[in-house]
Amino acid sequence: MSRLRNPWGRPRGLVLVTAVYVLWSIVPVAVAILFAFNDGRSRTTWQGFSTRWFTGATGSVFHDAALQSSLKHTLLLGVLCVLVATPLGVALALGLQRWRGAGSGSVNTVMLLPLVTPEIVMGVALLLLFLKIFPGIGLGTTAQVIGQVTFTLSYVVVIVRGRLVSIGRDYEEVAADLGAPPRDQLLRVLLPLLAPAIVASAAVVFAISIDDFVVTQYLSSDASTTTVSMLLYSSARGAPTPALNALATVALVITLATLALAFLVYRRFAGGSDAAVAAALEV
Amino acid sequence: MMGSRWTWRLLALPGVAWLSVFFLVALYAVVSVAFGNQNTLSEPVPFWNPLDWNVGYVLTVLRDIGSGGQYLTVFLRTFLFVGVALALSLAIGYPVAYYAARHTGRWRGLVLLALVLPFWINYLMRMLAWINLLGPGGWGTIVLHDVGIERLFIWLGLLSERGGWLDGQPTTVIIALVYGYVPFLILPLFASLDRIDQRQIEAARDLGASPFQAFRRVTLPLSLPGILAGSVLIALPMFGDYYTPDLVCASAKCNMIGNQIDQFTRQGSEKVTGAVLTLLLALVLLVLMAYYLRSTRSADADLRAGEA
Repeated sequence: MSRLRNPWGRPRGLVLVTAVYVLWSIVPVAVAILFAFNDGRSRTTWQGFSTRWFTGATGSVFHDAALQSSLKHTLLLGVLCVLVATPLGVALALGLQRWRGAGSGSVNTVMLLPLVTPEIVMGVALLLLFLKIFPGIGLGTTAQVIGQVTFTLSYVVVIVRGRLVSIGRDYEEVAADLGAPPRDQLLRVLLPLLAPAIVASAAVVFAISIDDFVVTQYLSSDASTTTVSMLLYSSARGAPTPALNALATVALVITLATLALAFLVYRRFAGGSDAAVAAALEV
Repeated sequence: MMGSRWTWRLLALPGVAWLSVFFLVALYAVVSVAFGNQNTLSEPVPFWNPLDWNVGYVLTVLRDIGSGGQYLTVFLRTFLFVGVALALSLAIGYPVAYYAARHTGRWRGLVLLALVLPFWINYLMRMLAWINLLGPGGWGTIVLHDVGIERLFIWLGLLSERGGWLDGQPTTVIIALVYGYVPFLILPLFASLDRIDQRQIEAARDLGASPFQAFRRVTLPLSLPGILAGSVLIALPMFGDYYTPDLVCASAKCNMIGNQIDQFTRQGSEKVTGAVLTLLLALVLLVLMAYYLRSTRSADADLRAGEA
């Protein structure tokens, strides 16, 4: 049976390479998570299981001021970035998808550029922008949100546009034939159909924002605008306890939970688009 | 057809304005600072008007590079690190992507999940994991010692002392770069291998090609766009990386161009020279960026045409 499907023989070597690769890519992180639960101060010697670095009274994620503030600031940036980038990106995706003609090509290129610009170039550019052109805004939370929105915007556009293509134009045209004015076509037909993609892109933006390092670091002002990634960078080598591992674990769980939730929402609703259309068209 | 053409332009307007100010103008700020001056407090003074541009700082950097100075060393080291890391990434990533695309069968979903997972784990957490493992007494250090890899690396000259993985070793930086970026290479490789029509390979085999010939003459050429796109996709961030050498080497011996830029702009007070180096890096990478944009743009044009 498997010989029929695969006339090249069993790829034992490939199985081995893939298995070793998957182990190599996951196990180190799994060990780092394991040590977040170490019942001692070591990050290299296992001293028994405990949750003291998450909830303990001293030096834990939930009680150490620096760790807690970095987690809060990371989540704050994530939420603000989603709130700005998602509507901006959805509107840009709709506009770019339907607007043909003079200028649309170059806008398209500019929209894709942040995806391929090395982050350090964007970091330096935004740093100089806020130092030299907008000293009024300066560095700090606002600058960090603006910086993150600037490169997450493109992800929203790409995701939403993919969905727009798969929806096609039929639904709008039906709505138009039934006499719906343009505003209703947009708000009552297109947007409900896009909802799964909007949720998915919001989740992706949130996850990227939480994991972002370079731009966020370049635009931070002081300790109060330090994020989890920045703390990982500055204390990975000198960290005295596994509390840093615990912090990274908490951030990882938040990221993965967000993405898993968005995936479920997408699968639940993007599949049943006909039902969504029916609901949207029902006056 | 809904609304007028202006509706769509109006919807695009806020996004376009945002990108113009915070991306295009920001990039121009780099140019203006690079061709600017600095005051007595060594604060950069940008020259916005191209007619006022001061080429002094740019020339200083170019002269340094021309005469084999420190910036040339850093640029060459960057090319070396990225080149070796890219080659290793392809050597690891291609077989894995090939297996996932062609041989997984009912395990496909699970294998794909395992390949995507590192994508969503914070890069710095993945580095932290290796710092824990490779520190003195870390599990990785012990395993590498016990299985003889440590001795092999010392014998090959890739490691300078026992247990010194995190102390100024370029080898560790390259391994860390591979670890950090290979997941981002595997996905485009997987996509391009997955798209290949199985029947083309069967046809080659029917016509007498050996499995190896079929791979070399059919599969490999057909997956070339994926190889190139994936390579560009990970080479670009690698060229701008400064945190990986900082974290796993922590020595000027491993400084990449990103470290130099970071020290001059974010940490230091030589922002003008930092802007010059940023500009140079961006110009070097422009070719790669243009290639990648062109390949995504043609895919994008297909998307738009498909809908029209």
